[in-house]
Amino acid sequence: MNAVVADAIVVGAGIVGAACADALAADGMRVMVLDSAFAGGGTTAAGMGHLVAMDDSEPQLALTSWSNRLWQERSRTLPPACEMDPCGTLWIAEDEGQIPAVEEKRARYAGHGIAAEAVDAAGLAKLEPNLRPGLAGALRVPGDSVLYPPAAARALLESALGRGAELREGVEVRAIGPKEVETSEGAFRAPVVVNAAGARAAALTAGLPIVPRKGHLVITDRYPGFCRHQIVELGYLASAHTMTSESVAFNVQPRATGQLLIGSSRELAGWDAAVNPRIVSRMLDRAVAFLPGLAGLSAIRTWTGFRPATPDKLPLIGRWNGVDGLWVAAGHEGLGITTSLGTARLLADLVAGRSPGIDPRPFDPNRAAAAAVA
Amino acid sequence: MTGADRVPIVVDGRPVEAEPGTTVAAALVNAGIAAFRTSVAGAPRGPLCAMGICHECRVTIDGAAHRRSCLVEVAPGMRVDTRG
Repeated sequence: MNAVVADAIVVGAGIVGAACADALAADGMRVMVLDSAFAGGGTTAAGMGHLVAMDDSEPQLALTSWSNRLWQERSRTLPPACEMDPCGTLWIAEDEGQIPAVEEKRARYAGHGIAAEAVDAAGLAKLEPNLRPGLAGALRVPGDSVLYPPAAARALLESALGRGAELREGVEVRAIGPKEVETSEGAFRAPVVVNAAGARAAALTAGLPIVPRKGHLVITDRYPGFCRHQIVELGYLASAHTMTSESVAFNVQPRATGQLLIGSSRELAGWDAAVNPRIVSRMLDRAVAFLPGLAGLSAIRTWTGFRPATPDKLPLIGRWNGVDGLWVAAGHEGLGITTSLGTARLLADLVAGRSPGIDPRPFDPNRAAAAAVA
Repeated sequence: MTGADRVPIVVDGRPVEAEPGTTVAAALVNAGIAAFRTSVAGAPRGPLCAMGICHECRVTIDGAAHRRSCLVEVAPGMRVDTRG
């Protein structure tokens, strides 16, 4: 029998694992965080870093808006390397046919206490002069932000370490058993094990409904002021929601360096990390259709990453019925940066037996199995 | 050489005369300019490879930022900015 090494072992030091480690440590637990490579180096490093209220479903809006409030509270103590920028989001209506959707979205956000304002065509041109003329308008959500995810994950881990947590990088978890993990460094025991392995969580816990959903990003050279908001087309949610083999949607983000991050694509391509020039071309065509001036800028790098996607587009947060002592915080698809803090707070509440800040039922990791039985 | 066989360009608001057929990078070096741009950390940077690979020689040309000056030929009236 191996010795108990901690009160809780968190598997995976991406931003979700980092946030969970910090929240559990804040509850006084001795936490050990394990990562097969290094903290924040997987999906966390591949994404854009948008802190965004998203309304694909009511639970998603509840989790993202709660998480955004937690990020706001946290923003005062984040180090400058996190590059947190309260740039807000513009959801673009391409034509008049999308204007009703702007109003519906505004009303839905208002219902969750999120400030948002409809912007007409002239107002939009003033806010973002590089958008093409002829767009119908937008919804502006001023409370959204962007940040640099690997640095944010590191900051959350530093906070956890300050509360007594231990981080072990380069330790690969090969299997998770009851209150135990088998690793490249031997077996470790703890009464609580949290599978926060993101897109790879399903490889460690059979039955977790998570698949890798590949995305591409392009980053430009520095062009400060080219755009000022995170800009997303209203059709983005349709691209994200429908589990088609591939889709693209316009999404551009200004970085603190003056660089522009250009997305987005979604593909079910297994674990093939190669850049797909055809998808990149579609993605850039879509971006240039909204921001024609992008065509004259220099892109300096293109890369891919794997979102941990679930069938109902909601993360898995809570106790896993199949393995004693096992908890799950995974499956955040493209919203893990935003929802890491809400996820961690919810998980810590459930582990401690407290009444959680939001309804945990939509995030129950066992829901897919329960639905299959029913 | 002077006069008609020189190409007049403007660098950071100052007139510079370049040899015809040279690149912007060569014209700047010939004019005694070593710092073509400033790095993120604030250090002066200048051309290294002179064949479009290293991106060290980027300048703003006629308002377009991050042009590789070693790949662009001088043209009369061209406006070059090294303060990016």
